[in-house]
Amino acid sequence: MADKNDNILEEVSGSEYKYGFYTDIEMDQAPPGLTEDTIRFISAKKNEPGFMLAFRLKAFRHWKTLKEPDWAHVAYPPINYQDLIYYSAPRKRPKYDNLDEVDPELLETFEKLGIPLDEQKMLAGVAVDAVMDSVSVGSTFKKTLAEHGVIFCSFSEALQKHPDLIKKYMGSVVPYTDNYFASLNSAVFSDGSFAYIPRGVRCPLELSTYFRINAANTGQFERTLIIAEEGSYVSYMEGCTAPIRDENQLHAAIVEIIAHKDAEVKYSTVQNWWPGDKEGKGGVYNFVTKRGICEGDNAKISWTQVETGSAITWKYPSLILKGNNTIGEFYSVAVTNNKQQADTGTKMIHLGKNTRSTIISKGISGGQSNNSYRGLVKTGRKAENARNFSQCDSLLLGDQCGAHTFPYIDVGNRSSIVEHEATTSKISEDQLFYCLQRGIDMEGAIGLIVNGYAKDVLSKLPMEFAVEAQKLLSISLEGSIG
Amino acid sequence: MLRVKNLTVSIHGKPIIKGLNLEVNEGEVHAIMGPNGSGKSTLASVIAGHKMFDVDKGEISYMGKNIFDMPAETRAREGIFLGFQYPVEIPGVSIANFMRTAINEKRKYLGLDPLTGAEFLKLMEEKKKMVEIHSKLANRSVNEGFSGGEKKKNEIFQMAMLEPRLAILDETDSGLDIDALKVVANGVNKLRRKDNATVLITHYQRLLDYIVPDFVHILYDGRIIKSGNKELAMELEEKGYDWIRKETATGAA
Repeated sequence: MADKNDNILEEVSGSEYKYGFYTDIEMDQAPPGLTEDTIRFISAKKNEPGFMLAFRLKAFRHWKTLKEPDWAHVAYPPINYQDLIYYSAPRKRPKYDNLDEVDPELLETFEKLGIPLDEQKMLAGVAVDAVMDSVSVGSTFKKTLAEHGVIFCSFSEALQKHPDLIKKYMGSVVPYTDNYFASLNSAVFSDGSFAYIPRGVRCPLELSTYFRINAANTGQFERTLIIAEEGSYVSYMEGCTAPIRDENQLHAAIVEIIAHKDAEVKYSTVQNWWPGDKEGKGGVYNFVTKRGICEGDNAKISWTQVETGSAITWKYPSLILKGNNTIGEFYSVAVTNNKQQADTGTKMIHLGKNTRSTIISKGISGGQSNNSYRGLVKTGRKAENARNFSQCDSLLLGDQCGAHTFPYIDVGNRSSIVEHEATTSKISEDQLFYCLQRGIDMEGAIGLIVNGYAKDVLSKLPMEFAVEAQKLLSISLEGSIG
Repeated sequence: MLRVKNLTVSIHGKPIIKGLNLEVNEGEVHAIMGPNGSGKSTLASVIAGHKMFDVDKGEISYMGKNIFDMPAETRAREGIFLGFQYPVEIPGVSIANFMRTAINEKRKYLGLDPLTGAEFLKLMEEKKKMVEIHSKLANRSVNEGFSGGEKKKNEIFQMAMLEPRLAILDETDSGLDIDALKVVANGVNKLRRKDNATVLITHYQRLLDYIVPDFVHILYDGRIIKSGNKELAMELEEKGYDWIRKETATGAA
């Protein structure tokens, strides 16, 4: 059985979808290990402009001087970075002819999430016809976006077609020196997404539809760059509610967002990487650096995230509120079950006057998991009248899990107001019995209660995402109460 | 419909119900009265399937089936409803969502299609009228920030929505002012049918002025020691529980 599962894992993660974002590189594989030669190899294979290689090499040289951080409230065996493969051949071709051949358990999960059949096939690695709907949908989307001047493509494509934008903005929010994993990513990143919203344009679509498709295909070291010019608006959705199983254990992504004057960016994530088996074996380590900057006055960026997957999550989507009157928001639901570990939160750096930030974090822990909120609210000397409100709630299921809150507050001027509220609660036997007595089974009851608890955050998600996220929360917590 | 035979129940080794017999048939309304600690709420919880209690002896059958073979949610889907004495709050879950989930779970169990949004809303409006709830109650989170009276009305509303075959109302009248009491009683009366049954668990005779029971049982120290009709409740009201205590003592001696 274990062998069969392993095969399925491999095959699932080896699935390929060639109509979403896709880099048109014919690939072979770099030998394991990480040297300057590996980086030159990657850059050459991708036919990158010279500045990109220089950036990668600088990052690599810096990374070599760093030590892996150990301050997060997580524990894992040491990673041998020389054992990893930093550039791999395109994913294998689909192995299945139809869905009947796929692991029924996986299909059941897809069914519960309500994922359309075509996408199920794709996610599970079943061959799909070239006439699949999303191809035409995809091209319609591209046309609409082009009409508005919105650029939305893979990072590799952007490097070829818009090198100036990349050169100007890449590393401007998350410098390659930022932290251990950011340096590593800067040196070896494989691909990612690029979005550019021109001045005054309200992006007519949620930049999302590709993503479920694309998510099955994401690389180990992704890089996302979003630029919102003055007065523009975009809602960007990343991730996938379907469980993404991947043989790559370490995922170290970078997301950078730049919002100019009067621009607004909404960034929503649903993260459901493979958390490993019940013992946490084989799960993905998700060490991500996400940061946005409200560069111009009155800009606004919000992060909304639903984190249910990964063996270990280490992630602090942060915002630098540089312009005056800028607004930063962070809404998070982080679920851990079995032996998952999550150390997640945000940083709000207030630099401009009258800047405002809101943090709502809802941690849910079940099984023997550990769930930590770690957040920094900092107001600079010139950030007059800066305001922050933070609310960090923890919900415990059962009595073997842990919830921790590490708030850091650093106020640099007299007119700032920073508020922090925290609560910890448990799902009570009485609540469960009340639901059971109305005919709702245990699983449904936990789903209802947890979704009610997380409502304030889920309501910030775009509609279709929210519906999926609700189902996902219930599924993630199956078996969390004995 | 419901047959309780020689039921003995304990919690943490302490006996609470000590050989209780009860039979409830379709179309009947029973009132179970008794002083604090006599085992009224325990009986209700055991019938509904709460796991906190140990059933040491005895049988309970419902519609001819052994109730102990069914988990709590199955009992509910089979038509047993418990109106809670202390309804819990479920923050963030609207009553509409809660009820829709419950109704569709029941329908699924019965092999029926789930109600569509429109059908559900129509049903909800109808039942709200029936039990005289005019507020925007259904949009509020389950029992969150409700007054005592609102919580109890909400129980009756849920009962109306779920149309149980056997409704057990555990002290639904306690803590209600006279107007709320009337609303609750009217609701129960309207829901009364030939093919369903109601068990009212209550402290006071007051509720029985509005809901006329077919049978009144007096539960004392884990046993039903006296059964009768409405007159018994009047007599109890007049003479107080001391009367029962004395009678029992005499009987035992």
